[in-house]
Amino acid sequence: MTIHQISVFLENRAGQLAQITTALAEENIDLRAINIAETSDYGVLRLIADQPQKAASTLLEKGFILSMTPVIAVSVPDAPGGLARVLEVLAAAAVDVEYMYSAFGQGDGKAYMIFRVTDIDKLVQALQGGGIQPVTGEEMGIH
Amino acid sequence: MERYYQQEIECASREQILAWQNERLVRQVQNVWDNVPYYRKKMEEKGLTPKDVRGVEDLYKLPFLTKDDLREAYPYGLMARPLKDCVRIQSTSGTTGKRVVAFYTQHDIDLWDDCCARAIVAAGGTNEDVCHVCYGYGLFTGGPGLNGGSHKVGCLTLPMSSGNTDRQLQFMVDLESTILCCTPSYAAYLAESAIERGLRDKIKLKAGIFGAEAWSEEMRQDIQNKLGIKAYDIYGLTELSGPGVSFECSEQTGMHINEDHFIAEIIDPNTGEVLPEGSKGELVFTSITKEAFPLLRYRTRDICVLSRKPCSCGRTHVKMSKPMGRSDDMLIIKGVNVFPSQIETVLLAQGYAANYQILVDRVNNSDTLEVQVEMTPEMFSDQLSQVAEREKQLVNALKAMLGIYAKVRLVAPKSIQRSEGKAVRVIDKRKI
Ligand SMILES: [Zn+2]
Repeated sequence: MTIHQISVFLENRAGQLAQITTALAEENIDLRAINIAETSDYGVLRLIADQPQKAASTLLEKGFILSMTPVIAVSVPDAPGGLARVLEVLAAAAVDVEYMYSAFGQGDGKAYMIFRVTDIDKLVQALQGGGIQPVTGEEMGIH
Repeated sequence: MERYYQQEIECASREQILAWQNERLVRQVQNVWDNVPYYRKKMEEKGLTPKDVRGVEDLYKLPFLTKDDLREAYPYGLMARPLKDCVRIQSTSGTTGKRVVAFYTQHDIDLWDDCCARAIVAAGGTNEDVCHVCYGYGLFTGGPGLNGGSHKVGCLTLPMSSGNTDRQLQFMVDLESTILCCTPSYAAYLAESAIERGLRDKIKLKAGIFGAEAWSEEMRQDIQNKLGIKAYDIYGLTELSGPGVSFECSEQTGMHINEDHFIAEIIDPNTGEVLPEGSKGELVFTSITKEAFPLLRYRTRDICVLSRKPCSCGRTHVKMSKPMGRSDDMLIIKGVNVFPSQIETVLLAQGYAANYQILVDRVNNSDTLEVQVEMTPEMFSDQLSQVAEREKQLVNALKAMLGIYAKVRLVAPKSIQRSEGKAVRVIDKRKI
């Protein structure tokens, strides 16, 4: 049910992000989502790749500091109020969301939201209770 | 009950110690003036004659000696006795530049052995003990010093020298060694090896006297627990004699300096000014009983604090703290003395690697301090708030240790500049 997010330590230095995306492209790794949280000095790059293990080993080899974080993906209907409905379900169940960001499917034009929570079981229960089924890795084209 | 090797000296009144120091200093200054042209010239340059030093209160007037002086005067330039009066040399390891060679008369060796004997007795040694010396023997002072002290106390002395761990452990078991003398790192290694070989219960050690390198309180606890002993610190410099310049007593809160042989001062390493008791600064020694190689106001470059607080062991000689760093490394930032080693201690305690760089600069006439720290997998989190929280803890811990604010900058691994494999620790951009 969970998807592997790769979290990478990013020093705010010109070219670091390009170095990462180039390294992944050279290995034919496709990115489904990319998100950066940063302070003025450093940041955390979060990415969802179609081949998480390969992406992780590629970046480790380049000397990056990273961790694998389990996250939940939800398909968001491409219509007004689509995201609002998902968030209402989570608010009603009092699920603490650490952070979230959007992702893309495998060229199918579908939009997804990625959720990072401390209690994954609680999130999944809340979603299912609201009639929302988390998306599996395969559905997003993640191997 | 506390035992002493020379109780009347080790527990003498402060007045008595000062009287010895006054008398011996005056005599030593005259001796150096008469016999060491190198130092006499230094005194003359300051317009001094022996008459200007009537006691310890005049010591501050005398010029310093540094390691550079020792190299310049190598090999015979600081001797106060002809070679025919000398019976021994010892030497420093001399990793950089010329070696430093120190000379001893038989009397010098006797007094040095006494100093080491005091340390052994303070660690509980008697003539019933088997003293296992695995400091190196040879030019290095560790082996000869403790060996001589052990003889004076009357211990059965095992002159093991360093290395060959299996043989060390075998003798330790077979001959029931009770006192171990070596470097703290070798003691830790011996402890590990004894446990690995299942010999821990066959070892009869009760005390260890460890010196010649820096070691932490955690390391002491570790060695004490693993070997079931009490571990005592000992300090010395080849330039002054060797180990035994100061030694720890049962209180284990600093090392008593043998003040009947050495006068200790704490100075500001930048101005050379003598600092009041309790200040942190560079330790300076004057050897007042040495015959062959008497150094006046020798700068050790070790940063210490002296304390004359009464000690529960009954000894009255001043205590020095473990050296906290080297004056060569000291930075003055916003008027505060900062040592890279202090920053390293905090980083390790907070779980970061010791890969760091200190950047000092001056912005708008005010010093700035930035500590760049390489991120480690352990300290990283996908949650920015957690990384920031740990960073804040580090800033607070640095502030507590240094007394001033240091900006922390977390950087990518291996991004800190290295020269010939070694990280460049300090970059001082201030133009003073
Ligand atoms: Zn004491």
